[in-house]
Amino acid sequence: MPIQYYIFLCLTLFSIGVIGVLTRRNAIIVFMCIELMLNAVNLLLVAFSKMFHGIALQVSSATTTGIDAQVFVFFIMVVAAAEVSVGLAIIVMMYRNTHSVDINFLNRLKN
Amino acid sequence: MKVILALITLLPLAGFLFNGLGRNIWSKKFVATQATMYIFASFVLSLVAFWNIQEQGAMTAHYFDFINTSKFKIPFDLKIDALSSLFLLVITGVGTLIHLYSTAYMKEEEAPHYARYFAYLNLFIFSMLLLVLGDNYVIMFIGWEGVGLCSYLLIGYWFTNASFNYAAKKAFIMNRIGDLGFLLAIFWMIVKLGSVNYSEVLTAQSLAKLSAGDITGITLLLFVGAMGKSAQIPLFTWLPDAMAGPTPVSALIHAATMVTAGIYMITRSNLLFSHSEFTQNFIAIIGISTALLAATIAIKQNDIKKVLAYSTVSQLGYMFLGLGVGAYSGAVFHVITHAFFKALLFLGAGSVIHAMHHEQDIQKMGGLKSKLPITHITFLIGCIAIAGVPPFSGFFSKDEILAAAYEKNPVYWFLGLVGAAMTAFYMFRLYATTFLGKFRGTDDQASHLHESPAAMTLPLIILAILSAVAGAIGVPEIMGGGHWLSHQLTPIVGAPREAVLSHSTEWMLMAVSVAIAVTALLIAVLIYRKKADGVPQTSIGKFLFNKWHIDELYDLVIVNPLNRFAGFLKDMVEKVVIDGAVNGTGKLVQYSARQIRLVQNGQVGYYILFMVLGMISLFLFWFNDTAILRFFIKLTQK
Repeated sequence: MPIQYYIFLCLTLFSIGVIGVLTRRNAIIVFMCIELMLNAVNLLLVAFSKMFHGIALQVSSATTTGIDAQVFVFFIMVVAAAEVSVGLAIIVMMYRNTHSVDINFLNRLKN
Repeated sequence: MKVILALITLLPLAGFLFNGLGRNIWSKKFVATQATMYIFASFVLSLVAFWNIQEQGAMTAHYFDFINTSKFKIPFDLKIDALSSLFLLVITGVGTLIHLYSTAYMKEEEAPHYARYFAYLNLFIFSMLLLVLGDNYVIMFIGWEGVGLCSYLLIGYWFTNASFNYAAKKAFIMNRIGDLGFLLAIFWMIVKLGSVNYSEVLTAQSLAKLSAGDITGITLLLFVGAMGKSAQIPLFTWLPDAMAGPTPVSALIHAATMVTAGIYMITRSNLLFSHSEFTQNFIAIIGISTALLAATIAIKQNDIKKVLAYSTVSQLGYMFLGLGVGAYSGAVFHVITHAFFKALLFLGAGSVIHAMHHEQDIQKMGGLKSKLPITHITFLIGCIAIAGVPPFSGFFSKDEILAAAYEKNPVYWFLGLVGAAMTAFYMFRLYATTFLGKFRGTDDQASHLHESPAAMTLPLIILAILSAVAGAIGVPEIMGGGHWLSHQLTPIVGAPREAVLSHSTEWMLMAVSVAIAVTALLIAVLIYRKKADGVPQTSIGKFLFNKWHIDELYDLVIVNPLNRFAGFLKDMVEKVVIDGAVNGTGKLVQYSARQIRLVQNGQVGYYILFMVLGMISLFLFWFNDTAILRFFIKLTQK
């Protein structure tokens, strides 16, 4: 499958994520949108990795060029999982304190 | 000899450091003794040096290089020759007497201030010695500035009195104007001749290198320096105000030594001055104008020290007249005799002031003759000497200047004669008002009148003897004298000129000046024998009493415009322009900060929006638009 499809898909997912973050006020939705962006990038990494590996294989059958990006993806997923747990914990605490998950409500930092 | 010269200068400096640093430790007696001993030791060494050069001739001692560059060198050399040795003797000799006098005069001062006074006095002697001993103009300038500083410090010695401080500042600033001229002259020499040493500047070779304009420029600038230091028109108004200082200071600095520095400098550079007709005439005119102007003012002053101050200005004018007409040895002669009799007069005045409990107004004196016998006799000798009655010293020196002036231009002589008549008049007005007639002070003062202690009368007696006989060093040939002084000074100012005037003319000139002086002094004694002058009523009297309104004129022409200009700079340039720019920058930052702060509204969404916008713009910035464009075109093409 040509690489362009992956790129277009990733761009679309990422843009949805960005727009979601910018427009939604529910903290959980914002959080989900961040995950969406993260995974859009992951997808792109995997796609490029596959592409480079394919090209390298044509030169030599014993190469590992390009697969390191797939390892990165695992790292990112692990870190994202950790981050999700922290983020969700924060949201839970926030809900307990304010009885709301509206991020516009969180402007106490001002002044 | 090298060591002796160094010691002569360093002893007073040691005195300064000792007294200045130990002013809280030493007792008054100790301070007085050691301060006087330093100067006295210096005097003894000066005598040794004097005899030495009589036998071996002038000599220069090299100590170290003050400035040494590849192109140009200023060595720190001291030179002693006939001229500087004479000044040396006058400075240390009169200096010793005045130190001795001060020990009694300043007795009422607190110990630290007493020590401070002597420290300044020692520093002054050190600077003055540096001035006359230096072998180049830069060393002279160091001393020149040093004496100016000491003059400032001593005029403002009683610094708690604001008007004394103003007088000190006035002296300092006026001197500074003159010093600027001196400094420019030194720069001019360096540029044209590449040297400031007397031995290189004052030679025929260096004269050949200078154009007539250079010589006139340098000499005029040097003379501007002399004007400031020696209180000539237009920079003379500081000297009468300088009388705010203690009386011995007036005697030492503002009569005997510092104010004659200008005469020393011009005599030292006589080779240059002799080659500029214009400068010489200028000096003569300034000199005689100053002599007359100050003499007229002195006639109407009622403050005993002010009369003497204007008298000093007037006598300095005579010296400059002498320099202007080329009578260098005559001017030096007058410096020496003037140092004796004017120091004597000031110290006598100090003795009177001491007896009168700091009363300086002669209208409140009178009849002090019997109460202060020694002061009276010595003061009278001083008055006779300055009036120019033979055989007292002032007659010989003044006569030499007047004779030279007659040779140059009889008008100078005539004006000088008028000045001499006024000198005799105001001095005997002062004498008669102070010492003759009835006592006009309060009863309290009358009961406390007393002759001063021996420490004060001894210097008076010594100076009186010197004032009486010092003329012997320059008795003119027609009186059978050899004129020792002008032979002494021959290596520096050239051989005494051949007598141009016939003996009968010279006798006639002398007779006229003596007759006029004696007449003037008799008139003064007759008028003021019984009564004081009082505040003048006539318009001329008021005009003279108010010192020709010269201070007011300077205020009007120079001081006030300067003040207004400074005010303009302060209120407009400083407050509006500079402060405006500085405060404006601050206000701009504050204003913009207040506006930009609104962006920080606490809404997380906005922050993220800006973050995204920032990332997009960074993206566009790093990957310039055509590259991105090509990338997308490539994507869509496949």
